[in-house]
Amino acid sequence: MNIVVCIKQVPDSDKVTIDRETNRLNRAGVPSIINPFDENALEMALQLKDKHGGKVTVVSMGPPQAEEALRTALSHGADEAILISDRKFGGADTWATSYTISLAIKKLEEVDLILFGKQAIDGDTAQVGPGVAHFLDIPMLTYAKGVEVTGDTFKVDKVTEDGYEIWDIDKPAALTVVKEANELRMPSLKKKMAAKRAEIPCWGYDELNPIDENIGLAGSPTKVSKVFAPPVKLNKEILSGEPSEMITELIHKLKEQHVL
Amino acid sequence: MSTTKELWVYAEQRDGKLAGVVQELLSEGQILAEKAGFTLAAVLPSANGAELCQELYNFGAKKVYTIDDPKLANYQNDYYSRAVAQLINEMKPEIVLYGATTIGRSLAPTVAVMVNAGLTADCTELDFDVEAGNLLQTRPAFGGNIMATIICPDNRPQMSTVRSNVFKKTKLSDNEAGEQIEYPVDLSDVPERMRRLESVHEADTNSIDLNAAQFIVSGGRGVGKPENFKVIYDLAAELGAAVGASRATVDAGWISHHHQVGQTGKTVCPVIYVACGISGAIQHLAGMQSSDMIIAINKDPDAPIFDIADFGLIGDLHEIVPEFKKQIAAFKA
Repeated sequence: MNIVVCIKQVPDSDKVTIDRETNRLNRAGVPSIINPFDENALEMALQLKDKHGGKVTVVSMGPPQAEEALRTALSHGADEAILISDRKFGGADTWATSYTISLAIKKLEEVDLILFGKQAIDGDTAQVGPGVAHFLDIPMLTYAKGVEVTGDTFKVDKVTEDGYEIWDIDKPAALTVVKEANELRMPSLKKKMAAKRAEIPCWGYDELNPIDENIGLAGSPTKVSKVFAPPVKLNKEILSGEPSEMITELIHKLKEQHVL
Repeated sequence: MSTTKELWVYAEQRDGKLAGVVQELLSEGQILAEKAGFTLAAVLPSANGAELCQELYNFGAKKVYTIDDPKLANYQNDYYSRAVAQLINEMKPEIVLYGATTIGRSLAPTVAVMVNAGLTADCTELDFDVEAGNLLQTRPAFGGNIMATIICPDNRPQMSTVRSNVFKKTKLSDNEAGEQIEYPVDLSDVPERMRRLESVHEADTNSIDLNAAQFIVSGGRGVGKPENFKVIYDLAAELGAAVGASRATVDAGWISHHHQVGQTGKTVCPVIYVACGISGAIQHLAGMQSSDMIIAINKDPDAPIFDIADFGLIGDLHEIVPEFKKQIAAFKA
């Protein structure tokens, strides 16, 4: 079985601090990691491979340094990696990104399953998985927690707001994967060594041969018009002292503001 | 083609019941439509749309496009995206708003690529630039430390997803007038590529959905040990609140991951968020800082959670939280 896992390199939010003066992020020196939800997608792929054999290919679109995330994925057990990178792809929103990634996946042979993390922690859009599935014309389920192979279909356990659903979905399929699915295995020393030396092909404009108006800024319907710091809380009240007095005052304030 | 421009709200239903966020979107949609001079309409794919139209009129929809088909009884991405995309291509609305639910977040991105539209996820504020004709879609980015306003200048429709509780519901009356427009869509050529076999609603000890909760009481490392979560549950029960948790407590196995609020958990937007023994790591703040009101209870006066709190209570949560519960009970009585 051939499984493709799409991963994104993101800044490690745990290491990001806020500048109290400017209310901006201190991003200098913040390490990059594989988007945490993509780790769950990778582990889901590796478990399927353990059970049914086959090949796990990781794909990432980003600047050249995204290769680092791909090497990390190889050290955890992925078989092959492909970097999608080109200056012409820069400035892509989720529409253009979905289109570009779909071109890369079309070049791969006989893909049975494409996995994504449920969303990336930097943009939080959760839009690229569904977008890629549409461009590839394959069925897609979001928020998958578990998957089993059942002949020519997959049986998928999918999280909903108040429970779960079981779906039967035809091959080839795309899934976005939630955190509760699993935990990514540790990299092995041997695979770590191999990952360092692995050849990672980079597919750019010439390899993917895209339609120009579908890529980069031109292919992106959404534009950022303005970026600003979130408004500061004005009427903040900090209470200390006896618990019962603090709570009495708090409840009084909540009544005043009609939230109780 | 419609003669006046339209703003649509996707009328999400499950088992024939409208999602709460639909009423919120219609209420905000009314304000936007008025400002833009658009007609507010709802689009309702289901097995039998007529039953739900009145509720949509009551929250401001002037028109409801019903797409009825037995295949649309329950959400199925291929059928729903085809139905909605076909209607969009034909009627050409200016704006389409969706709830950022598990369904909305499957449907909207699929429709966006089908109809060549821009889509902005998880907006916390919407406005309309009358001069340029652009929807101004504001959302938190980078863990909520930066706000970004996104526009979609060249493509139509402009589409956004919005979380529950971001906008307030305003019911106009119980018998608003509106027009149902039945819109048949032929789904016979859409291949059946996935089938729902089972749908289970789980009853948790605290089964209030975090995403839709009006009140949330959350526990962090300061709770100390798993059994201490009882005080959090007790206060939540008294307030009719959902129970949340920080990543540290979930990773430590004190509480199930269903409860995790934060960047790798759920993003929530309740009316009141009570953070108990939560220091306020960026990854947690990202999931809750757009709450209307934040009450923080923490021993450490320097905890970052106090920076974003409306009310900060410095002290031991094990004393303060039970007291809070006691006084709420007294207040209700």
